[in-house]
Amino acid sequence: MTYISKPKLRHPHLKTNKFGFTHRDYEGAVSTLCAGCGHDSISAAIIQACFELDLPPHRIAKLSGIGCSSKTPTYFLGNSHGFNSVHGRMPSVLTGANLANRDLIYLGISGDGDSASIGLGQFAHSLRRGVNMVYIVENNGVYGLTKGQFSATSDRGSKSKKGATNRDSAIDMVMLAMELGATYVARGFSGDKAQLVPLIKGAIVHRGAAFIDCISPCIAFNNHPGSTKGFDYVREHNEAVNRLDVMSPRETITVDYQAGEVEEVTQHDGSVLRLRKLSEEYDVHDRVAAMHHLQKSKAAGEIVTGVLHVDREPDDLHANLNTLTAPFNKLTEKELCPGSPALEKFNASHR
Amino acid sequence: MGLSCTHAVPEYIRLIAAGRYDDAYMINWTSNVFPGVLGRTCDRPCEPACRRGRVEDHNQEKPEPVAICRLKRVAADSKNDIRERLPKPPSQGNGKRVACIGAGPASLTVARDLAPLGYEVTIFDQDPRAGGMIRSQIPRFRLPEDVIDEEVGYVIDTGVEFRGGVRINSMAKLLGEGFDAIFVGTGAPRGRDLDLPGRKEAAKNIHIGIDWLSSVSFGHIDKVGKRVIVLGGGNTAMDCCRTARRLGGEDVKVVVRSGFEEMKASPWEKEDAMHEGIPILNFLVPKEFVHDDGKLTGVVFEKVQAVYDARGRRQLVPTGDPDEHFECDDVLVAVGQENAFSWIERDCGIEFNDWGMPVVDETTLQSSLPGVLFGGDAAFGPKNIIWAVAHGHEAAISIDRLCHDEDTADRPPPLVNLVSQKMGIHEWTYDNDISNDLRHKVPLREQKIALKNINVEVELGFDQKLAFDEAQRCLNCDVQTVFSSPLCIECDACVDICPMDCITFTEDGEEEELRGRLNAPAENPLQDLYVAGALKTGRIMVKDEDVCLHCGLCAERCPTGAWDMRKFLLHMTPAGQGCRDRK
Repeated sequence: MTYISKPKLRHPHLKTNKFGFTHRDYEGAVSTLCAGCGHDSISAAIIQACFELDLPPHRIAKLSGIGCSSKTPTYFLGNSHGFNSVHGRMPSVLTGANLANRDLIYLGISGDGDSASIGLGQFAHSLRRGVNMVYIVENNGVYGLTKGQFSATSDRGSKSKKGATNRDSAIDMVMLAMELGATYVARGFSGDKAQLVPLIKGAIVHRGAAFIDCISPCIAFNNHPGSTKGFDYVREHNEAVNRLDVMSPRETITVDYQAGEVEEVTQHDGSVLRLRKLSEEYDVHDRVAAMHHLQKSKAAGEIVTGVLHVDREPDDLHANLNTLTAPFNKLTEKELCPGSPALEKFNASHR
Repeated sequence: MGLSCTHAVPEYIRLIAAGRYDDAYMINWTSNVFPGVLGRTCDRPCEPACRRGRVEDHNQEKPEPVAICRLKRVAADSKNDIRERLPKPPSQGNGKRVACIGAGPASLTVARDLAPLGYEVTIFDQDPRAGGMIRSQIPRFRLPEDVIDEEVGYVIDTGVEFRGGVRINSMAKLLGEGFDAIFVGTGAPRGRDLDLPGRKEAAKNIHIGIDWLSSVSFGHIDKVGKRVIVLGGGNTAMDCCRTARRLGGEDVKVVVRSGFEEMKASPWEKEDAMHEGIPILNFLVPKEFVHDDGKLTGVVFEKVQAVYDARGRRQLVPTGDPDEHFECDDVLVAVGQENAFSWIERDCGIEFNDWGMPVVDETTLQSSLPGVLFGGDAAFGPKNIIWAVAHGHEAAISIDRLCHDEDTADRPPPLVNLVSQKMGIHEWTYDNDISNDLRHKVPLREQKIALKNINVEVELGFDQKLAFDEAQRCLNCDVQTVFSSPLCIECDACVDICPMDCITFTEDGEEEELRGRLNAPAENPLQDLYVAGALKTGRIMVKDEDVCLHCGLCAERCPTGAWDMRKFLLHMTPAGQGCRDRK
């Protein structure tokens, strides 16, 4: 952390977006995490993504659990709604908030401890229900806040800073998310913002359960030889299967690509996910084949990054439950208490 | 940093913030000799270069530099007795004799640099007291006499002989007096006149600005007519009009040929004049002094407008409107100054150019006669005090080398120093927090009192609290970000924290193309990019220094110490042992 807050002065000629905001208007308080923490880079990527998508900050809700990762919502989107919940319980709070008001954009920020250990059940159920959200796991493979024990995502055989070897199997959050039915699944790396920012933008414009596993090196406890989540290891083993560009509905497409190289997936709001393939065989729409590829690469020691799965026709919780479109806070007493005849009618339908 | 006073501005500003006024004063005194004088009167070449103005662009309504000049004054005003720290006259001379003609800032600087080294320095001046234009032309309400006495005194006390009231009328004669070197610092003592109809007839009420100011300074003039017109748009004109306002002038106006914007006077001096109720009328060319049988009654002006030709050159063209006539009792002519070298015989070996100016080497300040040097306004025409001081230092080096039979063209290199300022994990030797204060205004004396007495100083100066607040606006530019590629792990922490988006990690490229694709555009081509290569990913680190705040957050957020904050110190080598060849 630093002792001073980030100065208010900004570059005289920063780009502004539709609202006249610069990216700095999407910042939060200054980070208290360790110097060089990957999580801070993810915060910066979220700031950039929201700025580029012209999102009004007051229409975003950021929710988190407990841990280094879950502290980060304080450090971005200072003018958005926030909820710092109980350890591992962010998905439930987010689901509830989403049910109450589907008009907001929901950012769930979690870590490998928060989502792969104590909150694994919550994580699983929010994905299988198809809650329309962006669920980011800031995955450093270590319990940084308690000084460096292995987490549930630490690879078997990887070494701790003190030299101990991890004997347990790792939970692969991406495989789990695909298995559970997330309709947008990606993996990014905090050390590559050129890749990460579009992945977050794609997740935001996706109308369904979007999950991003973001590898985020822990400088203090997990960035040494023998770690599989350090900068050097991830850079050496990174297999990016595609590059994503997210085109908003108002942007015109100017670059030509050879047929077959580029695939475009139109989202509900008219945005286009444009995928430039880097791997010939990888098909983001074929969930089974994609999972097969991920397993093969993992066995070969590669870390697959990029957009790993997109469902062309995603469902979401509200569609499945056939809920009202109006948020609760817009409903009046008349709708909320329709009176005795309505109750009678409802009870009768169950007899 | 400014051009002419190459000293550590942020260094003494930090000392002022720390309340170490003596130390701040000494840094100034060493490099500019007249901190108290300059802190009130400087043309401030340093302030336009101040980074604060650039970084407030698009952030504050009116971007303004740090009030460097007025902070300098705080050091002078708040210091204790520093005489113990000044160089003493040497116990033994070196046998070399130097004459300085004119006791202005240039000559005094030469004397101060040389006398402590053992030179026998004699300063001649036609005025009875030393100071030159500092004393004769700058009005007392801007610069009190005791400030001049004090700082001129410090110079004389280094063992200089001052011979006041002595006018040197012949260079040839002086050359015969056996001096090892002669320094000419006679300034630009002749005010330009306006040869217009009525000038001769109404001469009694038409005064040359600098002569008039000088007469006021020495107490020969103490009143002026009620209605005064000042002709000219430079700082002398501003001094004239404000002086007139204090000597009985009620309706004082400044009339300039050019547009208001193109006037030579410093913006703040124009503001000060207008603040005292003096209007500045522009685009009026004086045509005739109107008089009633030798008694001046007014001035007639022709109205003009600025017209630009295809090459962008400006011409003042009559508008065709009827002439304007302003009534007045006195006119002060402040339309420029000239040198006067009638006392230098043209056959004594000093070459002059077609404009009547001596041919002077810009580096060594020597004339074609190697032992005769020129500096200040006498060398290249009217400039300002801080330039005169800079010339004085250079001339002193030349004289010192000359007297030791060394080549004056070889100039001593400055001493440079670059040292880490790290004190702890997030602690630096300097206060790296950035103040959001706007430039603080210098408090002024109440106008009713200020206009009554010409000896009452208008500016009260910053008090210590205001000085601290203003000093906090300084961005500590001398503390530089230094990057080490081998230590960098490319975690992006510096990129993310940088408040000015100065830092980019990207693929290598040609500079012009590179400037366009940085995180924020690098638009000032005069500011070099800081580039470091050999990173593990093959990318390069590019930093645009132009609007860096020197807040050190990149270094604080860097987990490996790849960024460090190091203080850069430039120490100009003065005359003396250090400036001479090593044998």
